[in-house]
Amino acid sequence: MTDYRIGIDVGGTNTDAVVMDGDDNLLAKTKTPTTEDITSGILSALDVVLDDSGVSEDELDYVMLGTTHATNAITERRGLNEVGVIRIGAPATQSIRPLLEWPDDLAEAIGNNVAILDGGHEFDGRLLNDLNEEQVRAQIREFADVDAFAVTSVFSPVRDDHETRVAELIREEVGDDVPISVSNEIGSVGLLERENATALNAALTSVASEAANAFVEAMDERGIDANLYFGQNDGTLMSVDYAIRYPIFTVASGPSNSVRGAAYLSAVENGIIVDVGGTTTDVGAVTEGFPRESSVAVEIGEVKTNFRMPDIIAIGIGGGSIVSTDDGVTVGPQSVGYKLTEEARCFGGETLTATDLEVAAGTIDIGSETPDVDAEIVEAAREYVRERVEREVDRMKTSAEPVPVVIVGGGSILVPDDIAGASEVHKPDHYEVANAVGVAIAQVSGEVDRIYSLDEMDREEAIQHAKDEATDNALAAGADADSVDIVDVEEVPLSYLPGNAVRIKVKAAGALDH
Amino acid sequence: MSFDIPHLTEVTLDDLEALGIGAGILGTGGGGNPRLGRLRLQTLLEDDAYPDSVELVDPRDLPADATVASVGGMGAPTISVEKFAGGDEEVQSLRAIEDLSGETVDALIPGEIGGANSMAPLCVAAMTDLPVVDADGMGRAFPELQMDTFFIYGTPVNYAATTDERGNQVVYRDIDSAKRLEDLARAITVQMGGRSGYAFPLMTGEFVSEYAVPHTVSLATELGRAVERARDAGTDPVDAGRELLGGEELFAGKIVDVHRRNRDGFALGSVTLTGLDEDATLEIEFQNEFLVARDDDGDLLTTVPDLICLVDTDTGAPVMTDALRYGQRVRVLGVPAPELLTTPEALDVIGPEAFGYDVPYDPLPRDETGW
Repeated sequence: MTDYRIGIDVGGTNTDAVVMDGDDNLLAKTKTPTTEDITSGILSALDVVLDDSGVSEDELDYVMLGTTHATNAITERRGLNEVGVIRIGAPATQSIRPLLEWPDDLAEAIGNNVAILDGGHEFDGRLLNDLNEEQVRAQIREFADVDAFAVTSVFSPVRDDHETRVAELIREEVGDDVPISVSNEIGSVGLLERENATALNAALTSVASEAANAFVEAMDERGIDANLYFGQNDGTLMSVDYAIRYPIFTVASGPSNSVRGAAYLSAVENGIIVDVGGTTTDVGAVTEGFPRESSVAVEIGEVKTNFRMPDIIAIGIGGGSIVSTDDGVTVGPQSVGYKLTEEARCFGGETLTATDLEVAAGTIDIGSETPDVDAEIVEAAREYVRERVEREVDRMKTSAEPVPVVIVGGGSILVPDDIAGASEVHKPDHYEVANAVGVAIAQVSGEVDRIYSLDEMDREEAIQHAKDEATDNALAAGADADSVDIVDVEEVPLSYLPGNAVRIKVKAAGALDH
Repeated sequence: MSFDIPHLTEVTLDDLEALGIGAGILGTGGGGNPRLGRLRLQTLLEDDAYPDSVELVDPRDLPADATVASVGGMGAPTISVEKFAGGDEEVQSLRAIEDLSGETVDALIPGEIGGANSMAPLCVAAMTDLPVVDADGMGRAFPELQMDTFFIYGTPVNYAATTDERGNQVVYRDIDSAKRLEDLARAITVQMGGRSGYAFPLMTGEFVSEYAVPHTVSLATELGRAVERARDAGTDPVDAGRELLGGEELFAGKIVDVHRRNRDGFALGSVTLTGLDEDATLEIEFQNEFLVARDDDGDLLTTVPDLICLVDTDTGAPVMTDALRYGQRVRVLGVPAPELLTTPEALDVIGPEAFGYDVPYDPLPRDETGW
């Protein structure tokens, strides 16, 4: 039996959708403008591809969605939960209060309810301080009006007992309905960043469940009885339930979907991916078919976080970038964005954009007019784009060796085919909808990122323990048991630490369970 | 010789960002990230229970018989990012050495201005209403405490204390060398869970006026300000920093190779840069901090104790040894060391030979601007 899937990716400018069959052949694709409410744009894209592909609603098995609901909620401070932010670690860590580095209006938007309570562990799993259950209960009662809780305990990536117990106490005090985010499920070592990510996650659960419910309802109305999945930051999928519990894992799904889609369309498993959009170009790296993760703190809404995020550099160059000739020829970072079809010269507007240059040069044919642009300006602008892209491609490499480069996205034409440092340059078929392809072909995964003390078990045991746990997590996320593979094992000996502490990160991924 | 900078009389909230940048650059790749210390100080200065500023005292204005103590945090940076200070560890250690010695401390001083411990004495000062001497024991960062001018120039290790966040306290008396104190205190700190607050040594005002590297809190702050001003004005922040420090730009290029190994708790390694427009390369070796820079032919261009500062090509932000990564665009500044670090007795402890390089110290040229 052939099963059909729809992949949808919501970007800042366009919402892209594709229909693929069980053998990963692309049957239909579309780009439609992203709408303010997001959901209506998703539905119109869905209608177009269903119509074009001739696949009927009841033949759809899966719908995969990469969405920006969560990102927008943070940027616009809209629909955020009031959060009780509980840190367990006193008497340590009292010198820096939770949310200190947050922009004031964002901290206000989640209520600024913070507490530092007794408890936590040491780097080697020893007890830092006993959890004081009476103190915890009193604090929970004081936070009675919050919509959600965020719980972060010192060294919980080593031992999560205290976070688990506090979550139980919250259930006992205020019931089963309140969303609870615990930090060991969100981020790794680095207390402030992990606490920030956990608080953001707790703030987003209402937005996430509203968005998911609206989408599920709309599918019901169309008679689509397919399994719904959300794309997450690491380029794999999560179930609706999981997405509602961990909305923070969706905020960078767009760039990850592009990386996965580009890798699939070009058959390049290791290399650099350049995704040229309307306003920005994202440069990322693909390692064994998955997006490489960032090793440094990533800011979301001006808040430093440390959970798993793709390593992406964004440049302010895209199809809608404004071309300036004031001080030499420059492209971007100002952009006409989604107003390309009103303001660009090729659509009869007044503004010279990067797209106009290519129309003038005859490499693409869109819009109603062919702008008259000096060939020297076209050349200079292309050189400018080339230099910027080459520089970021080089920065994403891990060694001086030339590597394959894959160029995707609606603005791919802006980037030349001969990039310095590239062993080969691919512009694969369907490049303009690589992100929607990426989410449609995505697998489900499970991850583990823990510190093990090799005094207690040997190295092989520790790695096996991490692999087993990652596999269990992938199965829990909906992976087919026969297809689960360990796709990444990373072992980091921790300097300065005695007792042979080692950080082990393992990711397992597999196809969706049919 | 002196730096052409104003000498600050206090540190306020408005100075913290600049001080963090400057302390990072002077950290020569190590010393720990000043960020957590900055957030801790920000928490205190914003709190109504504490003053809005910390008083700085010029080392030349210290009474000869004043009692000065150094305070700070000890431990692994990889632990501090997860378990940072409870808050009064250093204050408790300070009280302990006062009790032990029967002296009352009049002022505090940073052991090293480079990196995280630039901020800790300012935090303790906010909690105790003591002033901080505008000076430190290194003018940069070094991996171990015997490399402090306080010990190089003969301060005895009479009284020392380390305290953890639970209030567990270990005091040290009549230790035979600063290196021994380093080894003992580090072992205790590991047992304390990897972070402690220390207070040591006790010094007289007269000694500090003579043997501490002067005006380095002002220098770090002004250095950060110069970088910030250039960023705001759209001029070159790296050059602004270089000019203020009276240093030279040794190299501009990108990182093409990083080697690392851990030994005895130190992060050792080397980083190789190539020039952007030419084939020149530069290799820099590090042990927590950058130690020596070699050119294409393997000749040493710069060695400890002169400062080798890596900064981001565009922003002038400091680049730490633990964040070195292929493809980064960096510029390398060489800054002559403070004269207190270049005497024969100092070079015995912090010269190239003390770090295992069989070469004499060949100082960078100095001009009138400098320490």
